[in-house]
Amino acid sequence: MIEKLQLLHPEIALFITTCVVMILGLSKSYTLRKSCAIVTAIGLVITAWLGAISPTAGDDAVRGALFPGLLPYAKTLIPIVGLLLLAMLSGTVDRGLEQSVSRGKIFDPIRATRGEFYAFFLFSLTGVMLCATADDLIWLFLALELTSLPTYIMVAMSSRRLRASEAGVKYFFLGAFGAAIFLYGFALIYGAFGTTNLPEIRVAIGAGPVGAVGMVGFVMAIVGIAFKIAAFPMHFYTPDVYQGAASPVSGFLAFAPKAAGFLALMMIVGTIGWSHGAGGGLPEEIRTLLWVMAALSMTVGNVLALLQTSVKRMLAYSSIAHSGYMLVGLVVGPGRSDIANNGVAAMLFYLLCYGVMNVGAFAVLASLQKRAGEDGLVEVDTLDDIRGVARQYPWLGWAMVLSIFSMIGFPPLLGFWGKLMLLTSAISGDEIALALVLAVNSAIAGWYYLRIARATWLERRPEHMDAPLLTPVVSRRVVALVSAGAVVAMVVVIAPLQRASARAGQPDARPSLVEQIDEPDVSPEIEPVAMRDSSRDEG
Amino acid sequence: MSLILLSLMVLPLIGAAFIAFNKAEWAKWLGLGWSLITFIWSVIAALAFFDWSDSGSMQMIFRREWIPSIGVDFSLGVDAVALLLILLTTLLGPICMAASFTAINERRRLFYASLLVLQAAMTGVFASRDLALFYFCFEFTLAPMYVLINLYGSTNRQAAATKFFLYTFTGSLIALAGFLYTGWKVSLWNGGLWSFDIATLTEYASRMSATEQTWVMFALLAGFAVKVPLFPVHTWLPLAHTEAPTAGSVILAGVLLKLGTYGIFRFVLPFTPVAVLQYAPAIAILSIIGIIYAGLICWVQRDVKKLVAYSSVSHLGFCVLGLVALNSAGMVGSVMYMVNHGLSTGALFLLIGFMYERYHTRSLNEVGGLASRMPIWAFFMVFFTLASVGLPGLNGFVSEFLCMLGAYQSGATWGVGGTAGPLGPWFAVFAATGVIVSAIYLLFMVGRIVFGPLQEPADHHAHEVLPTDLSVREISTLAPLAILCLVLGVYPAPLLIALEGPVAETVAMYDEVRANSAIAEAPPTVDTIEGESVVLLEREDLP
Repeated sequence: MIEKLQLLHPEIALFITTCVVMILGLSKSYTLRKSCAIVTAIGLVITAWLGAISPTAGDDAVRGALFPGLLPYAKTLIPIVGLLLLAMLSGTVDRGLEQSVSRGKIFDPIRATRGEFYAFFLFSLTGVMLCATADDLIWLFLALELTSLPTYIMVAMSSRRLRASEAGVKYFFLGAFGAAIFLYGFALIYGAFGTTNLPEIRVAIGAGPVGAVGMVGFVMAIVGIAFKIAAFPMHFYTPDVYQGAASPVSGFLAFAPKAAGFLALMMIVGTIGWSHGAGGGLPEEIRTLLWVMAALSMTVGNVLALLQTSVKRMLAYSSIAHSGYMLVGLVVGPGRSDIANNGVAAMLFYLLCYGVMNVGAFAVLASLQKRAGEDGLVEVDTLDDIRGVARQYPWLGWAMVLSIFSMIGFPPLLGFWGKLMLLTSAISGDEIALALVLAVNSAIAGWYYLRIARATWLERRPEHMDAPLLTPVVSRRVVALVSAGAVVAMVVVIAPLQRASARAGQPDARPSLVEQIDEPDVSPEIEPVAMRDSSRDEG
Repeated sequence: MSLILLSLMVLPLIGAAFIAFNKAEWAKWLGLGWSLITFIWSVIAALAFFDWSDSGSMQMIFRREWIPSIGVDFSLGVDAVALLLILLTTLLGPICMAASFTAINERRRLFYASLLVLQAAMTGVFASRDLALFYFCFEFTLAPMYVLINLYGSTNRQAAATKFFLYTFTGSLIALAGFLYTGWKVSLWNGGLWSFDIATLTEYASRMSATEQTWVMFALLAGFAVKVPLFPVHTWLPLAHTEAPTAGSVILAGVLLKLGTYGIFRFVLPFTPVAVLQYAPAIAILSIIGIIYAGLICWVQRDVKKLVAYSSVSHLGFCVLGLVALNSAGMVGSVMYMVNHGLSTGALFLLIGFMYERYHTRSLNEVGGLASRMPIWAFFMVFFTLASVGLPGLNGFVSEFLCMLGAYQSGATWGVGGTAGPLGPWFAVFAATGVIVSAIYLLFMVGRIVFGPLQEPADHHAHEVLPTDLSVREISTLAPLAILCLVLGVYPAPLLIALEGPVAETVAMYDEVRANSAIAEAPPTVDTIEGESVVLLEREDLP
């Protein structure tokens, strides 16, 4: 029990911050309420530090875990992207109240949603991090729901427009639907194996066939979790919800639930084992399911994005496509666990890349607003709104262009290296067809990404439109620049980042099958490699 | 460890940064200055630091580890082919700058900075000895070119820029998949260690089985054939050329198209010899179709710029034909063609640009007989047209002749000088009809636009800044190209000898492959090397 707690230090720190922020938000003093963001930031920094020193492979505390090296990577990555998201989210909620209070109106804690907003944000991140630690189905379910439940509220309260409430309701019902599916899947898995403990299930699978009930359970679990990562066939809500929510919240939705979903999928799929993994084999049903999900998510996301005129909807569809890219890594699995072969590492690395460039794009949108008749100032949405932004606000324009080009996968930006890792792992995992689907989809995506980049960068604002205005929240602009800068600057440290993700994606050897690994069951082509590897181990 | 190549890449980038942070009025002078400095430095480097007697081996080597985990190095080096193309790049740089002084009046900093960035990327493509770095630069050329076409082109520029970007981007992504597959296969023979070192890949890639080679070849061709452009995938080129600003067209025709042929020369031929041997006739037929088909289109073309653009498709067909002849004459001719086409077609685009600046039309129906108005312009027009047609004594002739000779000799069973090869005299015969067509349409164009009755657009009024005939600045952009055309036409021998070196290795490789397949009737596959011990490559990062 104590060892288990040791794994949870970052989450505990984050939870304490959550409570503090929630209470601070109810305070009468404006200064204290204002400090919510700063307290949240401090909490995230401490969490990142605790995450960085959390037990890694070789430590007793993580013995038996599926991915023993995962914790430091995931628990540093999540709070750091969380910091970017925080800077983007701050100032979203109810400035009107603050103004009226400062004019002498009596403070009404019921209306002061600000502290809660940060608290929800932190709850959600806590959930994401808990997914990384999960070794039990119940734990996994709770972690996933802890991630999702606050986001439903965040969507609804992100903006006072009706659309946000509509998006919130839609997101909630579909989310509940998704949760029901994977919970049912979990129940079936429990029915098949008599335990909810993932390592125990893994041993059971290693000992014999999965069986029909268990297989249905796994399939339902994966399909249900597809909702969290916005992958086919559970992607339908994405554009509406992303468009309805305020841009900062959409940016958050594109990262946090997705990260949680991918971590959960790693756990679930890792329990069954990968076709090229250490002695195991991903059952054909699961492989086909993931393959189809990956291919269709990419294709559906990119093709539908072509038809959009709203930038937010484009980014929403593109987030479906990016999920598809990452699923490729999951299909491939950890391979022989070199950096170039490890699909899980590629997926984790891409998660980082996607987190950064996605925040960049959404932060630019969040920094701009336009006048819209009686609605007052609303955030920019369509391509027309952002036409010629680079002329008016060169820094924001460049931030958008860099983020977008990184999403295209244009060298030398960060996204290119993410895609390169996915492609190398797919090809070395013998998933050539999937690699080609990925390549072709990147090209399709180029079409609409270029429209965004061109509109911001090269085109002029249409005559009849007013120039977009900056939002008063400076931190959004800052985070746009920081993300765009990171897209360029992180290329310099690409090697250590890839090493970190490779450590994180290194699976634990399946305990029950250790004897079988030595059998010469490998194809003749790979034989020299095995020899080479063993000689390296000795040296 | 030589920093020369690195400096050739970094100098333009510094220039671009310099331009970005200076006044817009200075942009053109800064651009011209920087590109001139780069050009002079590259000439010095080529003459002083390159050993031309050993032209086949990589020289001026620079290497730093970049991403050791997947074996990516920042690794530079050139042989004679790469160096020649780098010189072409640096030469066209200042010429493009000088040609744009009056044509570009808006967002000047972005224009000149883009040109310099483009130059750096193109230099990087030719100087890379690492596949990842190559790909990286190869792709990166798209961004500045996209900006050049999209911002500074004529009416239909946005569609043209998008088409250009997406066409080439799609192709190169598929090529990337092919590259990675090759990298993976080589890594298997290399104890799981990835390497993107081109020399390493070249050495081991040909061990792939025939089927694998076929797939890899088609994947790589998807990237490079689009860039060349080869016949069925050429449709982006006329549009991009017509819409691009003059400087953009010059760079596009002069260097960017050569990235495709260079890619075929550097990667497709050495990586997949068995597949190339099998499919060379098919590729040759495609290029001949391109030669004739594009030539016929030129014939009926009324837009001069489009005419020259289609003529590029036609001419690059010879280039590919020479490459797949797989013998010394063909390949040397092809590399020569890359350079010569860059000079003469680049100059033609310049001339058309100068005319467009004065008359604001490119239509053969609206202008004609300009010899009486602009005698100097007319002289250069005729000169470069003849160079392009392949008049003996000018540069085009040498390379065109060698390409056709190569195709003729390759596998010739009758006639003289036959060598083993996949093509044959018939290929040369059909390609030769392309020469005739090209003579017809180019001379027809010259006949209309230079000679014949004087015709000017009705609402034509003289340009406010430019003189009626070419200014000194404009002449000074054309003169160096003209001199080079003449020199390379009259005395190409030193260059031909220098090019023998880099080509010899590939030719020898194909002789060997042919010999092997003749003995065993089966290409060397993985099975044949299975008996050997594990291939160990020289990598410093081996533990």
